[in-house]
Amino acid sequence: MTGERLYGIRHHGPGSARAVVAELERQRPSILLVEGPPEADDLVRWVADEGLQPPVALLGYAADDPRRSAFWPFAVFSPEWQAIRWAVTNGVPVRFFDLPYAYRLTDARTPDTPPAAGPPAAELPGAGSPDAQLPEPRADEAPGAGLPGAGLPESPAELPSTSDGPDAVAERAPGRVRPVDPIGELARAAGYDDPERWWEDVVEHRGMPAFEAIAEAMTAIRESSPEEPEDLVREAYMRTVLREVRRTHENIAVVCGAWHVPALARKVPVKDDAALLKGRKKTKVAFTWVPWTYGRLASWSGYGAGVRSPGWYHHLFANASDVVPRWLVDAAGVLRAEGVPTSSAHVIEATRLAEALATLRGRPLAGLAEVTEAAEAVMCDGEPLRTELIGRRLVVGERLGAVPDDMPAVPLAKDLAAQQRAVRLKPEALERSLELDLRRDIDLARSRLLHRMRAIGVPWGEPDTARRGTGTFREQWRLRWLPDFAVQLVEGSMYGTTVAAAATTKVTDAARDAETLGDVTALVEVCLLADLADAFPPVLAALDARAALDADLNHLMAAIPALARTLRYGDVRRTDVAGLESVAAGLLTRVCAGLPAAAGSLSDEAAKELRTHLDGVHRAVGLLDDDDLRERWLTTLASVSGRADLHGLLAGRLTRLLLDAGRLDAAEVRRRLRLPLTIGTPPAHGAAWVEGFLSGGGLLLVHDDALLALLDEWLADIPADAFDDVLPLLRRTFGAFATGERRAIGERVAGGTGRGDEQPVELDHERAALVLPTLNILFGREVG
Amino acid sequence: MTDRTEQHLPQAPAAEDVSGKHGSTALRPHAEDQYADELALLAATDERPRPPGWRLSPQAVVTYLLGDGAKITPKYVGPRRLMEVAVSTLVTDRALLLLGVPGTAKTWVSEHLAAAISGDSTLLVQGTAGTAEEAIRYGWNYARLLAEGPSEAALTPSPVMRAMQTGAIARLEELTRIPSDVQDALITILSEKTLPVPELNTEIQAQRGFNLIATANDRDRGVNELSSALRRRFNTVVLPVPASADDEVEIVARRVAQMGRSLDLPEVPAALEEIRRVVTVFRELRSGMTEDGRTKLKSPTGTLSTAEAISVITNGLALAAHFGDGNLQPGDVAAGIVGAVVKDPVSDSVVWREYLETVVRERTDWRDFYRAARDA
Repeated sequence: MTGERLYGIRHHGPGSARAVVAELERQRPSILLVEGPPEADDLVRWVADEGLQPPVALLGYAADDPRRSAFWPFAVFSPEWQAIRWAVTNGVPVRFFDLPYAYRLTDARTPDTPPAAGPPAAELPGAGSPDAQLPEPRADEAPGAGLPGAGLPESPAELPSTSDGPDAVAERAPGRVRPVDPIGELARAAGYDDPERWWEDVVEHRGMPAFEAIAEAMTAIRESSPEEPEDLVREAYMRTVLREVRRTHENIAVVCGAWHVPALARKVPVKDDAALLKGRKKTKVAFTWVPWTYGRLASWSGYGAGVRSPGWYHHLFANASDVVPRWLVDAAGVLRAEGVPTSSAHVIEATRLAEALATLRGRPLAGLAEVTEAAEAVMCDGEPLRTELIGRRLVVGERLGAVPDDMPAVPLAKDLAAQQRAVRLKPEALERSLELDLRRDIDLARSRLLHRMRAIGVPWGEPDTARRGTGTFREQWRLRWLPDFAVQLVEGSMYGTTVAAAATTKVTDAARDAETLGDVTALVEVCLLADLADAFPPVLAALDARAALDADLNHLMAAIPALARTLRYGDVRRTDVAGLESVAAGLLTRVCAGLPAAAGSLSDEAAKELRTHLDGVHRAVGLLDDDDLRERWLTTLASVSGRADLHGLLAGRLTRLLLDAGRLDAAEVRRRLRLPLTIGTPPAHGAAWVEGFLSGGGLLLVHDDALLALLDEWLADIPADAFDDVLPLLRRTFGAFATGERRAIGERVAGGTGRGDEQPVELDHERAALVLPTLNILFGREVG
Repeated sequence: MTDRTEQHLPQAPAAEDVSGKHGSTALRPHAEDQYADELALLAATDERPRPPGWRLSPQAVVTYLLGDGAKITPKYVGPRRLMEVAVSTLVTDRALLLLGVPGTAKTWVSEHLAAAISGDSTLLVQGTAGTAEEAIRYGWNYARLLAEGPSEAALTPSPVMRAMQTGAIARLEELTRIPSDVQDALITILSEKTLPVPELNTEIQAQRGFNLIATANDRDRGVNELSSALRRRFNTVVLPVPASADDEVEIVARRVAQMGRSLDLPEVPAALEEIRRVVTVFRELRSGMTEDGRTKLKSPTGTLSTAEAISVITNGLALAAHFGDGNLQPGDVAAGIVGAVVKDPVSDSVVWREYLETVVRERTDWRDFYRAARDA
């Protein structure tokens, strides 16, 4: 058979896919033209590679600005995929013949905008035009309006939350002039809610020449509907390619959206097409295959008009017979895996119900609506969660595609793949949690990799803070690989060719551009967690510079605890912390200098913030293990604590810190406590003082009888009409104590000094001595 | 063991008999009487195949329930697919379990399904905590049992047994209120489609067309959980609360009009505006959020079903007709609404007061209602 056949397909329609393969088998063309970006022609050969597992997508991006990118997804049931596979297996050359992506990127009318996601080759979008298709720059609309697929890549930084883009698409879709999914519309007109069922019932079961019929229908529709300007441009290009191919080949097969068929079949003078295409510039673009997921294909994970049920389509494509029972058996499997007892009897009854429903609705076969409703009524017992489970696992599916390791990709992606192999961490579409023990080498390497990926802006893993233990060698992660990450990788590749290099550059840049000290401190931690030794010096320098410029003492104080933690515990990660120590010391010195000035005349709010920072720094000073620093810090506190204009909260807190540090003796503390509690002090100030003094634990009160007695006395002294003012503050303080402490305090107060009557404890020194050797080992030195 | 049941033994009573007895004076006519002409019309024009024992084809039953926009009035306003699943379930010989919160038309749907399929919605067992096995299987006429010994004549059939004998739809209300051991009496009936009578060494075999529709309340979940053996014999259809305010207004307006007729209330124009207001109040409190989605609200303890909205309006109509000026005024529904919302005198009245002061008060066109509700 020779000549030229136009196969108008429904994007992502399993029915079209099967029909196309059957027709190709019959026609045996010598060349295959597929609607798609011509720049990706070189990538076609990879389809033969076993490593390229759909769902995958062609990712195209501007070489100089990878954020301007677009996807052309393919599932195993996509007619284009099946056609290409057929061609590759049979040694038939394949050409993509849609308008080059390079043209779309440089549409003169939208110079600075990323390619608008045009409705993809919006012809058969119901099925997938959105993702599938070609992003088209639209002159008349804001960019991004059209194609969801293209819309996505537009702002890769926001990719993880793609919902925004798709919504916008959905809203604007009605503005389109032509039907988004013409075959879907035909099906709807015939009373079908699932275009694939319509295809099966109307096109396949009647054994009619499917593609001629579709072409005829499309011709009729296009005669009466308005034309999209960008369709005309694309079709002009397609015709141009077709003419060129005709010169060298006689037996041509063309696979494109059904919408385009009438335009390609029409006779158009060459000069008309040339006029349409004239004056378009090209940008340099690059293409590669990236893994895709069914979740991405499905509308409910963000696309306004994607394939709603990729899992069902996959099932339709994979199973030619017993579609309904097989599907319901799978559904039962999903429920069983979740521990819902589901018997074969359930499957039998669900199958009968699905068939009865189809009969009731006058359909020859049960479709997705029928099997879903049957599964819901028979297997789910009216539990919406189970219905949802089937929807997620089966109707959409969680399949993640794969690309071969030797696929030419951006160097960063290749480096990542190598590292993933090295640490045995595979990207998976399904979210899972991972627990790392940093004392093990492989876990440490994994942790570094995940932290580096986060630094690059690929949040493959997110630290799970909810379950963070107090241990420093344990990390909890939640891992999930999203196909969008492919874009971020391409974008990240501008920063470096390896994961470590890209992360280093990114962190260094961020440190340079950071506005506040807090931002830089966070970067210090990133450097350590991700083991970016090269980024460390510039970040530290930035930290030092920022610290010197930052006038806000709170910022300085907030930076210290993280540094101290790093210094103290950094060696779990075996990081080199040279230089950090001097920076931390410098910071602390600045704090000591600034504190007296910053501590006066504070509002309640400001005092509370400062108190939190004081506690943090105080703990950090303990960690730093540097006697000089500690001395300086305590001296500063002591000098500040004596000031009269100090907020009650801070005065109380400082007294307590100094008491704990042994800087004040009990008599002095008693005097100080007494002071704010005397008549001359407003009750609110006194209560704040008590809150500052006592916050953080009531144990002191349990054990220090004198202190308790003093407090008790003060409480009793408060005038009855002032007591109402003080009560909430006191309650806030005491409410923060542990229940046991509160009870102990209450018992002490109620029982007076009853403890004094107890017999002194008799110590058995010989028995006590038995534990000393063990303690010696634990402490690493002689005790007692 | 009344005379009536006895007199019909061993034959089950024909539906016409029962309705004839009640005639038009019945307070609430059965569905098959009230809509007899619609059923007759459907039966006359229905040319599709009817399953054995069915008076209408499944398609016609769905049309009867949802209306055809002309002669057939809609009985159920809601997703078509639910009714299709329900009817298909009965076609496949599976028992149907209608689940939902109170007032979502479970009983209403089951009555109309039985009326359309069997022409008889009276084969009804009301499930209660005290429902005994006799109510589901059979009992005995003890006078006759003592006088003549066990015989078929001494047997008092339950509605379920009569349905099996005549090949009709039996209805079981509030299945989950029935104690578990009694529920399990259904297992043989539903799986073997037979009811053994060991005392007579015989059995009653269900005739074609027999099936069972049970209703159960979502809020009773866990009270008498169905055993998994029984559960598996039911297909479950969950009836939701109306999806949109317009749907709900339509349901309320339609039912109020019907009930006004059957209760012989004096004609009062059922002001659509008041209905809309009642429905809005119910929907907002039920969902815990105002319709515009701006204000979060507390939800009261009651369910605030559509059925309750209907009774508030009906009650308001009666008030307006007998004690008011003949027009439905905000004051006529206010008292009813407060009664419906405040089920728990302490917590619900806080909820209601908050709603009144924060939401109702702000709506300028609701001023009359606010005043009336505050005084109520």
